[in-house]
Amino acid sequence: MTKQHANWSPYDNNGGTCVAIAGADYCVIAADTRMSTGYNILTRDYSKICKLADKCLMASSGFQADVRALQKQLSARHLIYQHQHNKQMSCPAMAQLLSNTLYYKRFFPYYAFNVLGGLDTEGKGCVYTYDAVGSYERVGYSAQGSGATLITPFLDNQLKSPSPLLLPAKDAVTPLTEDEAVDLVKVVFASATERDIYTVSSCVYRVL
Amino acid sequence: MKLDTSGLESTAPLFGANTVLFDGFKDVPSFDVPKTNDFDGFQKEAIQMVKPAKGTTTLAFIFKEGVIVAADSRASMGGYISSQSVKKIIEINPYMLGTMAGGAADCQFWHRNLGIKCRLHELANKRRISVTGASKLLANILYSYRGMGLSVGTMIAGWDETGPGLYYVDSEGGRLKGTRFSVGSGSPYAYGVLDSGYRYDMSVQEAAELARRSIYHATFRDGASGGVASVYYVGPSGWKKLSGDDVGELHYNYYPVLPSTVEQEMTES
Repeated sequence: MTKQHANWSPYDNNGGTCVAIAGADYCVIAADTRMSTGYNILTRDYSKICKLADKCLMASSGFQADVRALQKQLSARHLIYQHQHNKQMSCPAMAQLLSNTLYYKRFFPYYAFNVLGGLDTEGKGCVYTYDAVGSYERVGYSAQGSGATLITPFLDNQLKSPSPLLLPAKDAVTPLTEDEAVDLVKVVFASATERDIYTVSSCVYRVL
Repeated sequence: MKLDTSGLESTAPLFGANTVLFDGFKDVPSFDVPKTNDFDGFQKEAIQMVKPAKGTTTLAFIFKEGVIVAADSRASMGGYISSQSVKKIIEINPYMLGTMAGGAADCQFWHRNLGIKCRLHELANKRRISVTGASKLLANILYSYRGMGLSVGTMIAGWDETGPGLYYVDSEGGRLKGTRFSVGSGSPYAYGVLDSGYRYDMSVQEAAELARRSIYHATFRDGASGGVASVYYVGPSGWKKLSGDDVGELHYNYYPVLPSTVEQEMTES
């Protein structure tokens, strides 16, 4: 008897693109505002950015139902942390929590491609980029979602971030000022919109 | 399934196409198609067969002074390079390292979990865990998830009371003790350089240079490996990162561009 394949999939891709850039004392996070299924647009002004903590924002593209569930889970865990430790979670701590949360569903993953951005304990900008099952690394900038393959080469060219693995260590954050970084992000979304049907105008957040 | 081969028709006129000389040559080139019902599925399976397993290059070897561990830093999703700066050498604790090959999330999570278990062992038994013990813990965990789709090809390297230790552990549940290992799609190339240059009594610098060259040569020939070549050394007092060099720069260090003689001068008219 041949193996039957499922006729129904629990996942859907709502499209969208998220970008984050880390600077010396700021972090810019942006995400576009279109939510779609297939060729239909469900809404034109949906925010994919969620504030998890004082100094920590998360932008996620992919399946928004899973993204919403993930945001709720993280917010709840953050509340418990605040009760137990009497302080807000730092961005690196939230990054580890997100990685573990994603991996706990290793065999039925959250279909969410996340970018976490904020300020670390020293006040420097930090960006963490994830895959769907929780592998993460700290980087100077990142793009995720349907427009990522269009945006990332451009950011590689403009931001020229040296690898954090080099020895002697070089700083991974960009030397651009906050306004220059915001301009760069606007330009990046304008170009991605030209060539990606799932990406459109952006909604920008800043952390300082 | 009848394929449309009109695109393959040659537009060049054939001279004397009807003469005896050109017997056997056809006007329209054709090719054999496998006789199967599901041609697309067959294509997919064929591609899967030659897909590079675990696109990466990692290596580790034991020598007189301790253990050297080295890896590249490229992560690929199919044909797209998703990152050039992945940390493939994971610091489990100050005297043990693990390498990453296969699924990045699987390796990161289970190595962190192993670090936790090693610490608990230290607290419960008032002494450090051996490399043998640590690799056994990991292998048992991976064996229990066997067949569920985890993809891990890791080497556990460390220094314990019995001296340097190196084990290869994978997601099929395999665990091998050895002195020289290389894991990943670039491993054949790395083995070539490593095996030919290896001696037991090398200094730390020589061993590090051998490891660096092996990773560089693997990244040179393997498309799924690249980025930054990191080299770590594990000695009696723990691990130490020796170097992290971009492989592009290593290329020009090993093979500098020589100024070539200009044979024909290009003059501006």
